[in-house]
Amino acid sequence: MSSEWEMRRNARDGGTQTELLERWAMMLGGGALTVYALARRRPGIALAAAGGLMAYRGATMGTKKFHARASFAINCPPETAYRMWRALENLPIFMRHLESVRDRGDGRSEWTAIGPMNRRIRWQAEITDDRENEFLAWRSTPESEFQNWGSVEFRRAPGNRGTIVTAEMEYAPPAGALGKAALAVFGKDPEFTMREDLRRFKALIEMHEIPTTEGQPHGPRSTVVSAIDALQPEKRKPSEHYAGERTAAQRRAS
Amino acid sequence: MKAVCWMGTEKMSVETVPDPKILNPRDAIVRITSTCICGSDLHLYDGYIPTMEQGDIMGHEFMGEVVEVGSGIDQEKLRVGDRVVVPFTIACGNCFFCQNQLWSCCDNTNPNAWIAEKMMGYTPSGLFGYTHMMGGYAGGQAQYARVPCADVGPLKIPAGLPDEKVVFLSDIFPTGYMGAENCNIQQGDTVAIWGCGPVAQFAIRSAFMLGAERVIAIDRVPERLQMAERGGAEIINFEEVDNVIDTLKEMTGNRGPDSCMDAVGMEASGHSFFFATDRAKQALRITLDRAEVLRQCIQACRKGGTVSVPGVYAGSIDNIPFGAAMNKGLTFKSGQTHMMRYMRPLLGRVERGEIDPSFVISHRVPIDRAPEMYRIFRDKLDRCTKVVLDPWANGARAA
Repeated sequence: MSSEWEMRRNARDGGTQTELLERWAMMLGGGALTVYALARRRPGIALAAAGGLMAYRGATMGTKKFHARASFAINCPPETAYRMWRALENLPIFMRHLESVRDRGDGRSEWTAIGPMNRRIRWQAEITDDRENEFLAWRSTPESEFQNWGSVEFRRAPGNRGTIVTAEMEYAPPAGALGKAALAVFGKDPEFTMREDLRRFKALIEMHEIPTTEGQPHGPRSTVVSAIDALQPEKRKPSEHYAGERTAAQRRAS
Repeated sequence: MKAVCWMGTEKMSVETVPDPKILNPRDAIVRITSTCICGSDLHLYDGYIPTMEQGDIMGHEFMGEVVEVGSGIDQEKLRVGDRVVVPFTIACGNCFFCQNQLWSCCDNTNPNAWIAEKMMGYTPSGLFGYTHMMGGYAGGQAQYARVPCADVGPLKIPAGLPDEKVVFLSDIFPTGYMGAENCNIQQGDTVAIWGCGPVAQFAIRSAFMLGAERVIAIDRVPERLQMAERGGAEIINFEEVDNVIDTLKEMTGNRGPDSCMDAVGMEASGHSFFFATDRAKQALRITLDRAEVLRQCIQACRKGGTVSVPGVYAGSIDNIPFGAAMNKGLTFKSGQTHMMRYMRPLLGRVERGEIDPSFVISHRVPIDRAPEMYRIFRDKLDRCTKVVLDPWANGARAA
């Protein structure tokens, strides 16, 4: 069991020799890909984005400060947003990296996230603060291998124009393979992930579903784009799979 | 099914692709009976708007019959067998913007909101067949289309009205109408409209409906100017006058038009120095837009007047005479069309026979001919003003 100090040091430091090499390879490769994509006369957005992400991952690997915060105004009363979030089983619907959350009912819950190559990361969490329709905070239990903290605040927007939902999270991945998996899931751009999660939460409440184009038809893609699509293992299945769950979740919450 | 796919700049191709499926509870699938090529599709054809990807299905002006609805659709609102016109903007109906009738600013329907946020600060609504930045939704130049939030957008059409009279409720008629409404027309006003394309044709007629006494239309394509004249406008062929702004001054007793409308957008033509610099920058991909018309609108508009911009722009533009705008106290209005505000009332006008929108159509062709029609429409050949595609006509190739 690593101490908290060790965990934090691990999060801060660059890692081993191999990791360092991998990191530089990604930075150079990703950078080259981005430059190539942007230099093409035709818009090569997917390619440029993939290259950029790769370079970014390379640059940030092992050195990330794992803290994220995002805020969205949602057109609903605080009660609706609170209820939707407090039913912890709903979280995987809008938090893409989560596979499931099981609420044990005693303030404790079991969380499962999906890492690269379908590797599961599991931990236990407990609610540390719960003010109805206002605030909710949780953290992984001290004996969990993967340490993380989260909170969400629900504040009535000025002029009664809905609710401002602000979510905050912090992660401290452990050393070793589990740490690497956790890093790949939570560490690549926590701020972006948090924003997109919250955006989906907003859509789920306002639109009663999450907008998607995954699974729609298209003509032949270029070979480069097809290759990038094939190389994204963490890409989730078409959302039709989740459509039923979402409707059910919405019904439960409202 | 057959679908018109963007395969690169100036490369369109009719491909056989899988039929669309329901992906979300509020989706519907529409079997398309009529679909059109829009002037704004030409910006994509010419490769001026970023975030298109090879294989994207084009098209945002279409109508047809509902063949499937998702589990989240209330049967009272939409059911299988309904004949509908589908608006080009996709709106959720429940967010702050939808509830304030700002439908094209819907907060939730763009799955790629983050890209648009990077470019514009906030994202507008998702659009059919109009770049990944605007949602990446497969478009309607196809035999079928998936319509998200189908309980908000699609407008039911009573039997008896032919497609060609109502299909333009999907974009250009409401867009022209909103362009005119954005002119803030008072009884007796003079409105100058740059461009005489299909949107402008509807804008001309809408401006009269809203109380304009005089509409001055500016273009250089003879058949389009003639069409504007038939709609009651006075015309200026900008190739034939020395200076459009001086001509407008003369025509209005040195007062200027009360409102000026830019119904051209990012691919404007002209002869000025700034036009030449725009053109060069666009060729070098330093800028996305040629803003010649917008500059003229600002310069020509009377003091305290209104500039309305239904023309499409994509990025940042240089050399805008903002000193003129500020010192003359101009008002600017713009936006993608808030479709759901206008579709029903305008259908009413069509039903009552106040307007027959089919007047803009010059070509009715099978979908297989779409690639060549893009070129003909872009180059204004063959007196082309508006192309309607039939997805099911027997063309050169089978589905």
